[in-house]
Amino acid sequence: MNDLFQYLPEIFTGSRVLVLLLGTVGGLILGATPGLSPTMAVALLVPFTFHMDPATGLVLLGSVFTSTVAGGSLAAILINIPGAPANIATTFDGYPMAKKGRAQEALYISYLSSLVGGVFGIIILMFFTPPLAKLAMEFGPSEMFWCAMFGVSVMAGLASGSMFKGLFMGGVGLLISCIGDDPVYGVTRFVFNDSLAGGITEIPALIGIFAIPQILGMVESLDVVLTKTHFRPEKGILRKVLGMLPGLSPQMGLGSFIGALVGIVPGAGGQIAGIIAYDQNKKFCKHPETLGTGDPRGVAAVESANNAMVGPSLIPMLIMGIPGCPTAAVLMGGLLIHGMFPGPDLFLKHADVTYTFFWAMLFAQITMGVFGLVMSRYSYLVTNISNLMMIGAVMVLAVFGTYTVSNNFDDVVLMFTLGFATYIARKYGFSAAPLVLGIILGPIVENNFSKGRMIAESDLGMFSYFFTGTTNLIIIGLCLLSLGWSLYSEVKFARSQKKNNVAAAPAGCAG
Amino acid sequence: MRKAALNAVITVLATMMLLGAAAVGSAGNYPDKPISIVVTYSPGGATDYQARVATMEASDEKYFGQPCVIINKPGAGGKVGWNWFVDSAPKDGYTMVTYNIPHFIAQSLVFETHYGYDAFEPLANWGADPAVLIVPQDSPFNSIKDLVDYAKQNPGKVTVSGAGLYVGHHIALLQFMKAAGIQMTYIPEQGGTDAITSVISGKIQAGFNNLSDAYRNKQRIKILGICDVQRDKDFLPEVPTFKEAGYPEVDDTSVNLRGLAFPKGVDPALIDKVAATLAKMFESKIIKDAMFMGGCPLKIMTREQVIQMFNERQKTLSVLFPKKVQ
Repeated sequence: MNDLFQYLPEIFTGSRVLVLLLGTVGGLILGATPGLSPTMAVALLVPFTFHMDPATGLVLLGSVFTSTVAGGSLAAILINIPGAPANIATTFDGYPMAKKGRAQEALYISYLSSLVGGVFGIIILMFFTPPLAKLAMEFGPSEMFWCAMFGVSVMAGLASGSMFKGLFMGGVGLLISCIGDDPVYGVTRFVFNDSLAGGITEIPALIGIFAIPQILGMVESLDVVLTKTHFRPEKGILRKVLGMLPGLSPQMGLGSFIGALVGIVPGAGGQIAGIIAYDQNKKFCKHPETLGTGDPRGVAAVESANNAMVGPSLIPMLIMGIPGCPTAAVLMGGLLIHGMFPGPDLFLKHADVTYTFFWAMLFAQITMGVFGLVMSRYSYLVTNISNLMMIGAVMVLAVFGTYTVSNNFDDVVLMFTLGFATYIARKYGFSAAPLVLGIILGPIVENNFSKGRMIAESDLGMFSYFFTGTTNLIIIGLCLLSLGWSLYSEVKFARSQKKNNVAAAPAGCAG
Repeated sequence: MRKAALNAVITVLATMMLLGAAAVGSAGNYPDKPISIVVTYSPGGATDYQARVATMEASDEKYFGQPCVIINKPGAGGKVGWNWFVDSAPKDGYTMVTYNIPHFIAQSLVFETHYGYDAFEPLANWGADPAVLIVPQDSPFNSIKDLVDYAKQNPGKVTVSGAGLYVGHHIALLQFMKAAGIQMTYIPEQGGTDAITSVISGKIQAGFNNLSDAYRNKQRIKILGICDVQRDKDFLPEVPTFKEAGYPEVDDTSVNLRGLAFPKGVDPALIDKVAATLAKMFESKIIKDAMFMGGCPLKIMTREQVIQMFNERQKTLSVLFPKKVQ
């Protein structure tokens, strides 16, 4: 503990403050660009740290990781396109708020929640690393399979009032995720054309599914633009948002807790943290019916969760070399290049670098919060851009973001195809979120099931492998609870709809 | 006025393009623009990481005087990138690809790919990562013999992880099972890190993994044997080879070799020039030190050595994988 505070001044030496500021501001902008995910941003920066001293290099990587995760909410709120997979659920309430002219408020809430969640995550990282590292070891194929199934159970609850349409889209997403090579059995599936050989990956799908329907929607309403009201920067919004904070604290607490938990589980990441937090908030809060229509509580839950994931995802990586999320895996490369191997040595032999890194992560959260708030003040500039300009800009970003993922033009074609299909599906009341969730969760569910099956058949048998063990049982219990609750609220929703209809009908007749 | 300015801009642009085209045409001042390196895996993986380290000195005047730019084309275990490379990579000498032996040869034997062992013009090899046999820290197995004895009595019950299908680890296991006459269950994971994690946590009983990754996790696992023709003097001098344990059939076929190649059709003079420069560059102290710090074992091979090695691997692997899957 003393060690931790002993190294606090290290962060304020030399060029580190500058690196921290540049990393954070740059990360916010990178994060806001669809297609440039935190993982890619960190991977691209690792080579630059070769020539820095270890601590400065890690300050850069840590601050970029932190701020790219938060930056993705900007695009999610202003143009309804998640900047990164972690911000999928931010669009649910963030964009409706922006449409009502409350963009600035949504952004303030988003950055403040990111700050709260992020700081919570870093504190967990600073003080609870050794005990929590063991938890990551509990997750083998069977546990990961049930965790992913929990994610699948969330699909049912995402679209209230149309549970079956939600499940249908989720199923389509799961099927799409089967395209390409099966990594466990080595079988090629649904590849009738070479451009599908690599499967449909997360980011091109994400951009296609969110950006293309958005662009087409704007094209449809081009004539409306001319009468669009102009938003002006308003004063006193920050004070209003700060006043709202106590009311939002349950959401931030829940989000931070879920985010930290998901972070420790190896292989999950911000996208899953955000969606689960949104779903759980919907189940726990009062008046869930306003969620999805521009409710600040939705933004707060998601943004605190995806940032709370950052710190804890590093815990298993630092102690055991097991990355808690894809970005942590890339960050590990940044450690190795300086001869720092994950393990207890990081806290003994390299304590100076490790603790400086922790402090840098904490200050990066704060810098990110401050710059995020400043940036939000100018959000009206984006909301005032005419739709005609916006269509062009978003289209360029969508193509650019898709292409950069694997430098493959086939991905761009896939992105447009998925986009048009989603646009048509949305016309018939099918929502896009379960589709993306299916594409993200599909590989996790399937790979872990196949691996688990192989392990089970070599020894225990399927039933005892998947249905025994404390961790398995706990997660299965959570899945059942989540499903049961979704069914219950679906029935409740249907009943209240019926009642409303009955109440409204005579009034309609009388009128 | 505006028109004049526009014309001026167009003239300047056209001149620049002409100059650029002329420069590409002459091999004498190669390279006069950055060189692209296609990595067939995602950013942050072992190949990507090592490729970035191995080429970080390229902009030094002693070597190319131009930087190397990494382009990731991941998908289907490298197939997407390698297929693209043989089909459509420019042959002007400004696009290289990383190869992974024995992975890409085994893939071309098992699947319908656009490439085979002779589809590239190899340039130079930088790294060699032998597969090692690992078990959890608290495992009852303390030697290769213990494992073989147990597997003989319990056919198919021992689970063994590795970094995926048809990679070096998978090949090492196939060779081992054949040599010892035993049956074990192979669990392909998403990558080397996932595979070692499942062994550390005891979810899987044994694994073949990269020497570099096993070395870093030495305190958390037991390393029983190394699949190479000799022991590793730098990192693991105390670990015996499979030959010492009585299985000479488990040779160095599974050693994971990484290097750079051109597509077929590049000017032969340019191939020789680049191959020589690359071999010299990999030998530089800065790169050697950086690789050592990252725990990546080096093995620098010239173009001739790499071509010979490709031919040998093709021969041994076609015995292990006699026919394609449908």
